[in-house]
Amino acid sequence: MPEPDISLRVNGSQMKLPKGATIRDLLSQLEIDPQLVAVEQNREIVPRPEYPARILSEKDTIEIVHFVGGG
Amino acid sequence: MNDKPFVVAGREFASRLIVGTGKYTTLEVMKQALEESGSEIVTVAVRRVNLQDRSERSFLSYIDRNRFLILPNTAGCYTADDAIRIARLGREAGLSDWVKLEVLGDEATLFPDNEALLHATKVLVKEGFVVLPYTNDDLINARKLIDAGAAAVMPLGAPIGSGMGIQNLANAMILRERITEVPLIIDAGVGTASDACVAMELGMDGVLMNTGIAAASDPVRMARAMKQAVESGRHAFLAGRMPKKLYATASSPQSGLPQSRS
Repeated sequence: MPEPDISLRVNGSQMKLPKGATIRDLLSQLEIDPQLVAVEQNREIVPRPEYPARILSEKDTIEIVHFVGGG
Repeated sequence: MNDKPFVVAGREFASRLIVGTGKYTTLEVMKQALEESGSEIVTVAVRRVNLQDRSERSFLSYIDRNRFLILPNTAGCYTADDAIRIARLGREAGLSDWVKLEVLGDEATLFPDNEALLHATKVLVKEGFVVLPYTNDDLINARKLIDAGAAAVMPLGAPIGSGMGIQNLANAMILRERITEVPLIIDAGVGTASDACVAMELGMDGVLMNTGIAAASDPVRMARAMKQAVESGRHAFLAGRMPKKLYATASSPQSGLPQSRS
């Protein structure tokens, strides 16, 4: 039987991912270039080199930010 | 002509103009305006990636990162904690320790909350940030920011986006005389070229602006005007202006006119 999905909150939206998915998997599914963003997992910044190994958990709150125009 | 370089936190810049990247009608116009401004520092905001709309994702590809230092801001933050959080995220996204620190106190004026700004400055300096705080034109507050390790002081000339120019010339002059340890940069309120020129004529080390360029009918041309205004004002400051006098002094010789018929 396949593992059940986990559900988490990403930038305010609910998402489902396979159990064991990493931050790199999440970015890849969203087609986001990891070099251009910063990611928080439950308010803690995840250093970019850790994206491939950082496993997501049920009910995680993820924030993905990038640069936009501003003064 | 000779001038000492514009140095912020040990880094030298060829231009004394810092420009924002917000409010442009298109990214192509922004790109041209940034190039025309001659600036080497551009501010950016840190925001959530929109998961549905991808149109914002190409933003950075319009900024030549070999030419421009990207200076993330903490615009929109109303508490020290929020500003610190955004500063840390900006560092992670941009791999630079520089931050334009804003902690706002009021939505109508966007005036800084100086108490929270000072606290955030202390925390971020301890974490190794180069902190450039947006503040008001208060000398005592500026002193406290410098004591806390701010790499520059960036007083507003007028409210953000108001385009009213430097409203309190006397305070600006006092700041200029009293703050010599770090660069003094007018941040906010510049609406047109003469405003930037006045700031530089007062001896400011630099000027930061966004709306003054982005909201012009022709932003690319205004960027050129701002570049020249900052340079002109700087030259005028270095040249040392003549003293103001209430009455006329003739520029032409008073004697030597041919005798008039009598």
